[in-house]
Amino acid sequence: MHNNKNMEIHVENVTRVEGHGIIDVEIKNGEVTKCLWKIPETARFFEAMVRGRRYDEIAGITSRVCGICSIGHHTASQKATENAFGITISPQTEKFRKLLMHAENFQSHILHTLYLVLPDLLGMKSVVEVAMACPEEAKIVTRLHGLGNEMSALIGGRATHPITSIIGGFTKLPSEKELADMRKKLLNSLNDYFAIVELLGKIAEKIPVFTRETEYISLKNNTDYAILNGNLYSSDNEFYNNADYRNVMNEFCVPHSTAKFTKNLRASFMVGALARFNNNYAMIRPLARSIAEKLGLKAPCHNPFMNSVAQVIETAHSIEDSIVLIQEILEEGIKKECLRDIYGKADAVIKAGEGIGMVEVPRGLLIHNYKYDEKGKVIEANCVIPTNMNHWNIQHDLEKLVPELLAQEKTKEEIQLACEMNVRAYDPCISCSVHEMRLVNMDWK
Amino acid sequence: MAKPKVAIFSMACCAGCALQIVNLEEKILDLVGAIDVVEWQEGLSEKSGGNYDIAIIEGSIVTEKEAEELRKIRQTAKIVIAIGACAHTGGINCLGNHMSVEEKKSIVYDGDAGKIDGLKDAIQPRPLNAIIKVDAVVPGCPINKNELVEAVKCLLLGKKFRLPDYPVCFECALKENGCLFDLDIICLGPITRAGCEAACPSINKECNGCRGWVDDPNQNAAKDILEKYGLSIEDIKKRFEIFNAYKTEIMEKKNA
Repeated sequence: MHNNKNMEIHVENVTRVEGHGIIDVEIKNGEVTKCLWKIPETARFFEAMVRGRRYDEIAGITSRVCGICSIGHHTASQKATENAFGITISPQTEKFRKLLMHAENFQSHILHTLYLVLPDLLGMKSVVEVAMACPEEAKIVTRLHGLGNEMSALIGGRATHPITSIIGGFTKLPSEKELADMRKKLLNSLNDYFAIVELLGKIAEKIPVFTRETEYISLKNNTDYAILNGNLYSSDNEFYNNADYRNVMNEFCVPHSTAKFTKNLRASFMVGALARFNNNYAMIRPLARSIAEKLGLKAPCHNPFMNSVAQVIETAHSIEDSIVLIQEILEEGIKKECLRDIYGKADAVIKAGEGIGMVEVPRGLLIHNYKYDEKGKVIEANCVIPTNMNHWNIQHDLEKLVPELLAQEKTKEEIQLACEMNVRAYDPCISCSVHEMRLVNMDWK
Repeated sequence: MAKPKVAIFSMACCAGCALQIVNLEEKILDLVGAIDVVEWQEGLSEKSGGNYDIAIIEGSIVTEKEAEELRKIRQTAKIVIAIGACAHTGGINCLGNHMSVEEKKSIVYDGDAGKIDGLKDAIQPRPLNAIIKVDAVVPGCPINKNELVEAVKCLLLGKKFRLPDYPVCFECALKENGCLFDLDIICLGPITRAGCEAACPSINKECNGCRGWVDDPNQNAAKDILEKYGLSIEDIKKRFEIFNAYKTEIMEKKNA
């Protein structure tokens, strides 16, 4: 018996995601007549903010696109500026930057999977309810999250909006003892991490079974599970030249969204932990691989709800890779860099030009692109944010998901929850996606 | 006694200040025991809809809709705390105010701006106190999470929450840091309100003034520093703009 022939689902705004997004579904006589993922988030016009500003201020401004992935924005921005001026960084700086990226990945993945997604899997309303019902697990969660932040602060100077990382290097590095202590803490955190994996293993069947194959885009390289370096890669078309990114993003606007949407070879594409897992599984660290086997995630996986599971697996990768990186740094010994040299590095080579910086942040591929004048001031700027790339993929998921659930005679409440869970699975960062930047009339090489 | 009802709201910003509440880590478990968080879109599914003892608000106001929402919160909240530079000074959001709203829309969205619903009521970004009365401010980009806990404690006890009334240089000197001006780096420590424990200069990075101007900056001392290092007031002003463009805008209007 169909009790769902007519229904309206209007969720304004979806909770437990960053920013403001609306799900709008209308079903008449058993037919889906409307199904929209809308973004009413207010625009912040970063393009206007950075125009005319000096190169050494830009990362500090554009990192404010997002508080949760501020380290990723900061790093992508620095890479773009270094690329424009032809600045190379030392292998040691490269390692510390990678550690910083891992710290953010660790913190953000724990935040998303355990604070925001876990309540759904436990049938609860919020992490507060989880904390009341399972105080021991709540302590583990805050300990893990705290360690990610502690590592960010150790390398970057603080948990959110890094301080020490500047164009060309770091203004301050941790001591060898501090690094050795951090390594020990990371090793010890594995017990907490395994406890979480145990817990998730028990409730994993609550993750909706849903399949929609799409195009998966990420960075990829031959040396590691690409986070800091790599080339644009699509699961449908292999490698692209990074300078051609605009032809992969194909940004477009729709009336119901202040965020721009993107598409490439298919109707939409996906970025983020699942896209990276699918594209770079061969490069993931052994511990992460064993967790993937334990949680039953195989590459390629076409269930977007599994993005949260991929995040849990990537957390193991970040912990293990950080332990290895710290070991390498300690074996080589930290080389002291002269502060005046680092600060002077860019000043000596300022020139008119353009640069692109790409990194993988917790939510996926992030692109910063600036054009500078001969005094090192920004003429034009562009950022493409992972959540922008995922919005259109969420739209296409919902269009497949709603009719499927309707056919299974699910109730309105069940359909609404599944739609919300789908949005949440992408870990959207909506204020990021409405940051807005855009280049106009630029002469692209 | 019923637990005080606290609501957390995000206006236009990076959400990094609300994140500092999560970053209290295990302390947040204690906090949740002492107060009742009744509304927080990014953390809870429930929405309570009014009568807050404290409303904690991050972000600037950049649309008419947000301004309206802010006025409604003010009507129903006993105490309003502005957290972070965006809410306090307008923050980096005001850095683009040298362009008109229409200009900004056209650069970013080309010809599409007119057809996007969410852009119709965009206004020039401004801090909360340009629209409503704010009872307390926790400054910074991002905020110092311990300062927020102090502010909430003070206000719940009926005390006034006071910020330090001396510049960052004072805290920096107490830590016996070297001065960044000696490396030819422009630092806003001399005029910026302390309370961050000189977070940036202590790790060799200049202060960019995210906590706003100290109440009564020692202008003579600041001028002496500029003279000593061969800098002009313009150099400092340009830097100060990053987090305080709204204040600069207002001052320029007054002087015009």
